[in-house]
Amino acid sequence: MTEETMTLEVTRYRPGHDREPRTESFTVPYRKDWVVLDALNHIKDRIDGTLSYRWSCRMGVCGSCGMMVNGVPKLTCAAFLRDYRPGPIRVGPLANFPVIRDLVIALDDFMEKLRRVKPWIIRAVEKPVADGEYLQTPAQLDAYKQFSMCINCMLCYAACPVYGLEPAFVGPAAIALAYRYNLDSRDEGYRLREPVLSEAVGVWECTFVGECSVVCPKGVDPAAAIQRSKLAGATDWLLSMIMPWGGRR
Amino acid sequence: MTVPRVERPGLYYPKLPATWWLRNANYFRFMLRELSSVFIALFLVVFLIQLHRLPQGPGAYAAYLETLRAPGWIIFHVLALAFALYHSVTWFNLTGVVQVVHLGERQVPPRLVVGASFALWAVVSVVLLWFLLRG
Amino acid sequence: MPGDDGYQHDLLVIGGGGAGLRAAIAAAEESNRLSIAVLSKVYPMRSHTVSAEGGTAAVMRENDSLDTHAKDTIFGSDFLADQDVVEVFVKEAPGEVIRLEHWGCPWSRDPDGRVSVRPFGGMTVNRTLYAADKTGFHMLHALFQTSLKYERITRYDEWFATSLLLEDGKVCGVTALNLHDGQMRPIVAKAVIMCTGGAGRIFPFTTNAAIKTGDGMALAYRAGVALKDMEFVQYHPTGLPGTGILITEAARGEGGHLKNKDGYRYLQDYGLGPPTDTPVHRKMELGPRDILSRCHIQEHQKGRTFDGPDGHYVHLDLRHLGEKLIDKNLPFVRELARNYVGIDPVHEPIPVRPVVHYMMGGISTDITGKTSLDGLYAAGEAACVSINGANRLGSNSLTELLVFGARAGRAAARHALERPTLRSNPLAQLASDERRRLDQRFLRADGREKIADIREEMQKAMESGCGIYRDRATMEGTCQTLRKLRERFAHISLADKDAIFNTELIAALELECTLDVAETVARSALAREESRGSHTRTDFPKRDDARFLKHSLAYRTPDGPRIEYLPATITRWPPEERKY
Repeated sequence: MTEETMTLEVTRYRPGHDREPRTESFTVPYRKDWVVLDALNHIKDRIDGTLSYRWSCRMGVCGSCGMMVNGVPKLTCAAFLRDYRPGPIRVGPLANFPVIRDLVIALDDFMEKLRRVKPWIIRAVEKPVADGEYLQTPAQLDAYKQFSMCINCMLCYAACPVYGLEPAFVGPAAIALAYRYNLDSRDEGYRLREPVLSEAVGVWECTFVGECSVVCPKGVDPAAAIQRSKLAGATDWLLSMIMPWGGRR
Repeated sequence: MTVPRVERPGLYYPKLPATWWLRNANYFRFMLRELSSVFIALFLVVFLIQLHRLPQGPGAYAAYLETLRAPGWIIFHVLALAFALYHSVTWFNLTGVVQVVHLGERQVPPRLVVGASFALWAVVSVVLLWFLLRG
Repeated sequence: MPGDDGYQHDLLVIGGGGAGLRAAIAAAEESNRLSIAVLSKVYPMRSHTVSAEGGTAAVMRENDSLDTHAKDTIFGSDFLADQDVVEVFVKEAPGEVIRLEHWGCPWSRDPDGRVSVRPFGGMTVNRTLYAADKTGFHMLHALFQTSLKYERITRYDEWFATSLLLEDGKVCGVTALNLHDGQMRPIVAKAVIMCTGGAGRIFPFTTNAAIKTGDGMALAYRAGVALKDMEFVQYHPTGLPGTGILITEAARGEGGHLKNKDGYRYLQDYGLGPPTDTPVHRKMELGPRDILSRCHIQEHQKGRTFDGPDGHYVHLDLRHLGEKLIDKNLPFVRELARNYVGIDPVHEPIPVRPVVHYMMGGISTDITGKTSLDGLYAAGEAACVSINGANRLGSNSLTELLVFGARAGRAAARHALERPTLRSNPLAQLASDERRRLDQRFLRADGREKIADIREEMQKAMESGCGIYRDRATMEGTCQTLRKLRERFAHISLADKDAIFNTELIAALELECTLDVAETVARSALAREESRGSHTRTDFPKRDDARFLKHSLAYRTPDGPRIEYLPATITRWPPEERKY
């Protein structure tokens, strides 16, 4: 009996040699418990050692292995071959990002944006460690918990046509994280994050396509974070116009 | 205006093709939603002209209404109505995402928020229809 | 990004996981005059701390005490922990977890707003803080995001450190390969902290991520620093068959049951009973990991485990906990079980088996994180400061990376402040030598050996010789195999000769590190003729305090590791029989 196989059409890009990405086909054994990442590891170990991609935890939490699988952003450690039978499966680098090599994208742009939204607890006065923890009720925790689940896998940016058209857009994950800290009962940094969120390439750049929330593997719903930030920003602006003492917080 | 990004040598910068919105159903529905505003705007222009005709006398108004009876205009109005409905439905569906409603400590499920929005819409529509059709 | 004067810092942290980030922040807070750098082969949020699930131990409640935490830790370590270090560890733990709370870590909460604590294996009191069952993920992201606040922390993301730079017996930086351009550069620093994690990838079946290849351990070992207690490898009793994905101990802390193929809670047959409906500390499923893993193997030998395509397994039954509790406190367990074995734990038991999880051993350090090499520090799983001894208790490792990450950061910062500025010119020469070495070794070499073959054979040899049960004959076989693999590694061939993002070159460098580390594990295990904690010898089934109440130290020689010993420190808890 011959072994069952599956074909992967993998995007290759060799910097300095290729002007544009090209596609290369590989045939791998089909195993029902294999994910696309297993197939890539098989290619690297047994067929072509030059194939470049990132991976690490293979359990959907480190965020390294995001790629386009049949045109959809996916964590390849959670995309099972069996769901793409009979194939072929197209595997490419995450869309909208510059490609370094093969399936490896550049994410320094996101790292810079992440720092700009100040994703850390900001306090007017910090509580000394000796005075213990800040109290936070389960309901206060629930208010932001969902938005703290982002693994920075970049699938949302790959799904966002706005980011594809305007690379300066702060983007779903960074805004969701800014919003996460704004919602945290321990935080007092709303005013400091507001200028980044309300600039032209901040929340208002978003046209609410909503695909970021569809592809998010962790249920973060960045689209909701962005729309709610818009609502908060607009309310804030309105209040500052009609009230002499300004908006909230 | 934003500064165009500096492209670093060696990297490949993909360009989003003009047909990107044909790539998946969600993108396509988004484009329809955006397009719906064009029809709604056109309808409003037509409607404004209609209002403008009103003070010009019954003759001018009747002539304008006669123009609108042409098959082309009827098709346009059907389309505009469809887009208006589509736009409204998507709008109300999104309220659940955007508006967080709390009852005490608990968050009201988004589906309930959406349901309530639709119910409110229906009630308002019924009241309006009653006003328009009673006499 | 580094300035024109090259890559010069006061303090360089290798590794951007929990320990590395904690160390960098501690150093930044120690002095605002320091230039600090974090170099990692992956972006910090990809580090393996991210995969830790269950929680972080610290004394937080009135019903607990530092002495109880210390006693549990020492007892769990089978008395090989250094007791002075454990005392410092438990004392500084509460402050560290509170600090992390102040930095935004979303710890799960009690209704009154205090951080919640849950039971964990081998602990006598509820003292494990948690953020549902993604504790490591939340801790890592809180640390990483907080680190962004410090402008003085420079990051070298996706750089691979290939060697330690030494001058007059002092560490003065590293040579490192930038994956993005393939260039080798010297990064000069007055102090270097190794926070590169463990080396689970020397085994075929592990919870560990692909990046856990013991790089920092190997770098320190090659520079002459001893690797301590390397024979102690922790098997976690509940990994998913096939992938080895971790199902957290918190699943048992919340009340999950381990059952054999007859649906029987077999742990009661191994002195861990009596079985109760609600979990009792240190009993049954809340026994320590080493004992539970051994019970699994014995149960298998009695023919009472299930047999599947990925080997024997037992059931972890969570059904009686109910959907609500599972979704609140174990949502990731549910997600993982559904995705990777197609089982919803709300309705079906999860198949599990023991899996390599953690290295108790590592770079030998003192209580401040300092190694025997001037200017070199280590913390986290990469280090062995000796709080875990022969068996680590679950939820002590996340605390360890905080407490000793911070300690190493502060000690290294003080060291850097005292040391005069280094000259980088001679070091640039060393970097180009290193580049040449790699080129000749890997890129111009025309060998026949494949990375994957050597890796697989090493992993197979480690599993057979250094698994849960060990004996002289198989371990000797493992040692011989590892020597041969080392010779074969010299003839390795790479298909990828490109400079930019050459992941095959990185894989070769990682393989070289794992070969070094694997040999220290096998040699140390062979030399320890007793059974203690995770190290179980069928030919020496008893603990032997007279000969082995001491740490092993593996030093590098051309013929393989040389093993020496160092007595364990006993302060207030004299060794007794370890019985639960």
